[in-house]
Amino acid sequence: MAALPLPISTYTLTTALGRGRAANAAALAVGQGGLSIEPFETCTLPCWTGPVAGLEAPLSGELKIWDCRNNRLAELGLQQDGFMAAVTSLAARYGAHRVGVFMGTSTAGVQHTELAYRARNRETNTLPDWFDYRTSQSTFSVAHYVQLRLGLSGVAVAIATACSSSAKVFASAARAIAAGHCDAAVVGGVDSLCLTTLYGFNALQLVSPEPCRPSDATRAGISIGEAAGFAILDPASNAAHALLGYGESSDAHHMSAPEPEGRGAAEAMRAALERGACEASAVDYIHLHGTATPANDLAEDKAVNSVFGNAAPRSSSKGFFGHTLGAAGVVGAAVALIAMEQGLMPASLNTRVVDEAIRGNILLAPQLGRVRRVMSNAFGFGGNNCSLLIGARP
Amino acid sequence: MKPLYVHAVGVCLPGLPDWISAGPVLAGTQAYLSAEILAPASNLLPPNERRRAPLAVRLAFRAAEDAVNGFGLKAEDWASVFATNGADTPIIHRISLALAEEARVISPTDFHNCVHNAAAGYWSIAVASRRPSTSLSAWDASFAAGLLEAAALAHGDGEKVLLVAYDISPPAPLYATCPIAQPAGVALALSAGSAGAIARLTLSFSTAAETSCSDAVLEVLRAANPATRALPLLQALAATQAAEVYLPLVSGSLGVAITPV
Repeated sequence: MAALPLPISTYTLTTALGRGRAANAAALAVGQGGLSIEPFETCTLPCWTGPVAGLEAPLSGELKIWDCRNNRLAELGLQQDGFMAAVTSLAARYGAHRVGVFMGTSTAGVQHTELAYRARNRETNTLPDWFDYRTSQSTFSVAHYVQLRLGLSGVAVAIATACSSSAKVFASAARAIAAGHCDAAVVGGVDSLCLTTLYGFNALQLVSPEPCRPSDATRAGISIGEAAGFAILDPASNAAHALLGYGESSDAHHMSAPEPEGRGAAEAMRAALERGACEASAVDYIHLHGTATPANDLAEDKAVNSVFGNAAPRSSSKGFFGHTLGAAGVVGAAVALIAMEQGLMPASLNTRVVDEAIRGNILLAPQLGRVRRVMSNAFGFGGNNCSLLIGARP
Repeated sequence: MKPLYVHAVGVCLPGLPDWISAGPVLAGTQAYLSAEILAPASNLLPPNERRRAPLAVRLAFRAAEDAVNGFGLKAEDWASVFATNGADTPIIHRISLALAEEARVISPTDFHNCVHNAAAGYWSIAVASRRPSTSLSAWDASFAAGLLEAAALAHGDGEKVLLVAYDISPPAPLYATCPIAQPAGVALALSAGSAGAIARLTLSFSTAAETSCSDAVLEVLRAANPATRALPLLQALAATQAAEVYLPLVSGSLGVAITPV
């Protein structure tokens, strides 16, 4: 069965809050958000976004054919917190062919396609020479880029289940290790800003004109962000923290709306607890998916209450850097690790008055205290749910 | 690696609309004739979803339903893996065209259908399955990546898994750098248990070159779509013959030893 608990030997996170763990931890501690009213690219919608600074320069060198905003963000993320050196040492121990790469994304390099279509030759219906689908917009592009950049040659896959993608990579990597497909894994998620998601979520009337306000009585939808996060899952590591459990389920309800009672979400959390042989009462903090749409936050509240009761402390981090879509799962895992390392349960930033219909204990101010186990939720379109139980090793 | 058992097979290929008609062709006793794929909407879907389901979803459904119906599976009990290189490239094309115009009007249905896991979402609704579902991509190696995820779900998590591999052709101008020449869908029901199985698969990592089809026409089909990279495996299943085939991975190949049971 699954190789749990599975030590998380290192991790890194880059968001609108900054590059690397320390920058993100510092902003989470003091409630300093990264959302901006500055328009992304040529977007004319009245909305806030969470852009990562410093993605203007194209990729250079041997891998420059992989250039697109998403792979630039992957590259920036890989360069933080000594992550690449840690992978080099991992590959030296196991062999490059025995280290798997599991990357989550929802839109990969679609922004590159948007730019190419704007620059297309309308007479001949051709895209510019600089456009290559495989190295940019292909869903697999970011996983392939990361594998090549890290010099690995084992199993490699992109998981794309919308906003649960990079939570699912932890589950897929854990079972791949258990099944002997690889000995250790690089997992991660990278999703970058693009017009497709901004105008697409806007068409579904899910984009907030204000900075998103998770669980707030006046919440009006999401603010879209971008992020790159990576972690190493190494069964032989003596790291302090580990993936204790994971749970996955499908709502089987609707393509873009959650099942209103949150049954599928609750099933995912229960499965994670069961796999981790953990009582609900032993979980100190719940990192909510908390997108700030009216329907999502309400359904998740019911789901969390049904598993943990109303009093369990919880918050969404979307008010800090927005909804990072396919990267939201790994962002949640990183916030869970920061919470345990710092003894910090971040506030639900931008939440002023909690919706009366939401009964759970939403943290309106950061709470300090010992955090040993965290449940982190990620739920996606198509009713795809994944919950991760991350904690101190038993 | 531990053995993985095949419980059902389904296809939706050009000229081979289901496993029953594909059998003799893949086993080499009947000639292959290509024909346009017909993928009408599935009756399993509620009316709203049936109306909204695009071609990529309908194609994935044809293959999945062929496996489920042909072998009498209770689909709601099966976890799923949907392996596709690009999911719905015609929708990405439409959205990219719209975003290149001044008004930037996107259909909300197009947007929720453009997610990589759209087919998986529709499937879970159609068969009322709350089991885990993974949608993934590995370019031309998507089928083998899906087979590995299915094996991991079966061996690591004890799930019974319906693997559905499918891709449709992108329209011009996307087609120029994503030349998926023909649409195709393939489905396998897999588990760690041998009861009721039709074949045993033993997977191994290899550096061997990928297996091609000896029949020239089938070889064209094999190369035309990431899902049809499974054709050598399907040929062994159709012929109920022991065989070892090599399917493309991103690095090296995946050896699949097939033993009828």
